[in-house]
Amino acid sequence: MTSVTNGITIERWTRSSRLALGSVAVAVVLFAIAPLALGAGAIDRMTALFIYVILAAMWNALAGFGGLVSVGQQVFFGLGAYFTIRLADAGLNPFLSLFAAALITGAISLPLSFFMLRLKGGEFAIGMWVISALTHMLVNLDRLIQGETGTSLISLNVYDSSTRRVVIYWLALASMAALLGILFALLRSRAGAAIQAIRDNEDAATSLGVRVIATKRLLFVLAAFGIAVAGALWLATVTTFQPKTYFSVQWTAYMIFMVLVGGLGKFEGAILGAVLFFVIETFFGSMGVWYLIGLGATAVVFSLFLPHGLWGEIERRFDLRLLPVGYRLKLPGPTKIQWNQ
Amino acid sequence: MIDTLIQGILLGGYYAVIACGLSFMFSVMRIINLAHGSLAVAAAYGLWLLASTFGISPFAGLLIVLPVMAATGWVLQRYLLERSSRGGALLPILTTFGLAIVIDNLMFEQFGADTRSLAPYIGSLSYDSWELPGSIYVGKLAVMTMATAIALLGGLQIFLTRFALGRAIRATAEDPDTAGLVGIDARKANALAAAIAMVTVGIAGAFLGMRATFDPYSGGPQLLFAFEAAVIGGAGSLWGTLVGGVVLGLAQSLGAQVHPQGFLIGGHAVFLAVLFARLFLTGAPFVSKIGLYKTGFTKIRAAIRSTP
Repeated sequence: MTSVTNGITIERWTRSSRLALGSVAVAVVLFAIAPLALGAGAIDRMTALFIYVILAAMWNALAGFGGLVSVGQQVFFGLGAYFTIRLADAGLNPFLSLFAAALITGAISLPLSFFMLRLKGGEFAIGMWVISALTHMLVNLDRLIQGETGTSLISLNVYDSSTRRVVIYWLALASMAALLGILFALLRSRAGAAIQAIRDNEDAATSLGVRVIATKRLLFVLAAFGIAVAGALWLATVTTFQPKTYFSVQWTAYMIFMVLVGGLGKFEGAILGAVLFFVIETFFGSMGVWYLIGLGATAVVFSLFLPHGLWGEIERRFDLRLLPVGYRLKLPGPTKIQWNQ
Repeated sequence: MIDTLIQGILLGGYYAVIACGLSFMFSVMRIINLAHGSLAVAAAYGLWLLASTFGISPFAGLLIVLPVMAATGWVLQRYLLERSSRGGALLPILTTFGLAIVIDNLMFEQFGADTRSLAPYIGSLSYDSWELPGSIYVGKLAVMTMATAIALLGGLQIFLTRFALGRAIRATAEDPDTAGLVGIDARKANALAAAIAMVTVGIAGAFLGMRATFDPYSGGPQLLFAFEAAVIGGAGSLWGTLVGGVVLGLAQSLGAQVHPQGFLIGGHAVFLAVLFARLFLTGAPFVSKIGLYKTGFTKIRAAIRSTP
């Protein structure tokens, strides 16, 4: 807590946020030992939840903080899975392949960013979709993939199914914790101040000397890497690779739903959105088409009436910050200043 | 080879039809409507429904579907886009994307996964062709699509330059606040522009259904084609859209000659190549402002300035 003047203080950590960080640490430990108690089905579902959290957090990093709405993020999801197949086929250990594939995808996203970040708003959004559609076609050309028939990550079969399940669960948990940690640290760093300035007002940030493009590139590459990790992990859980299901715009639809409902540009919002999506999918996923209609309609309603999502609303009403990435001003006396965009 | 080129050029007519609404809406409201393709497919389903249940020919069906599309555009702008664009430039992307998911899946729920076509309801038009010297055949429908594209673009051009309503739309596109000063209701102008855009989407849907098959999830690819054609032509420029459509159609037709998957790859590749060239040759963002419509409004503004 820094004292400024007249008793006004600037604070980052509050009691509730210290408590929250502590509970996060406890939760991660509990999740880590959970496979001892959980059945096979539950472990698989939890792995899916971790992957959803990664997807939501990464899409939120790009759109919520970087102001870059993409409807083509499935390209990185698909590439993460594709390169895993390729590397495993070349003889690399399948678990190592997962992360090597994500690194390759992240590396590819760097030159791509020089090109795509020149586009603005909706042009960037659909431009990414075109990139994804083209990549999908090119992956189909690979003989190993056999077109839309697809292939599977056969080298995983050397591990027996229960070991495999738990290892993938731990990898997903560790990836989620690491990626969230990286994002959290990034947002609280000097670059984070720049990121949040861009989120709030890009023109104003530029005029203050914030290096907008470099900052956005950082987020673009991070999101590409994170989503590739998610794609590779997804491949590990289902083992089959059909280009159509990985390069499907549906993945972006899920990411958009999670982030819009949870809270665009809110660190906690993406996590909340992923958990809600997971719960909704568990109960309504079997409804098929009506489930998808419901997701789309919810996204429309949130974009119209609650653009800051549920977490934005919670933050505003209860003045609550659990994982603070910004600062806030505290005035002497009972008055509280609320920070709204 | 000449045959491929001619087919490619004519295919461009369809892309010009589907792209002009997207380009028009973008130039007026600065919104890229991600539900554009899905709405075109919805119009095609509307025509299919009229034809298959009531035996109404798709051409007569347009008399019903186009007013419905216009009303849809008006409602879309007044109740969804106007509201979400108040929250910044990014929200309309999310709103229209959510809308696309809703439309696609509602169509799937209603019509199932079967592919449909309007070809059975237009008699021999779907396969009739004229023979050119050198035994080259050009489909009558393809020629008709191209003629419609030219008529549509020409009609829009005349509407925007010669009619008061068109000038109001142009003025709003240029600067809504200044347009307000000269008594133009920007909200109405925007809603009207959305209605016009949706009419062109309805026409595009009709041609989509007549020249090929469609299914509930065809909207996504159609959106990409429309976007590519609009961008290649320089979005916001009406006649550029025609050029963009032809370039896209040519690239796809030539790509298909090279490889079975070359149709789509060729289209996407030429789009990226044009983008790349434009970004690095001019250094400017590629989607320009609506240069084409400017002249008329500059006069209005000059008139305002000269008024004491």
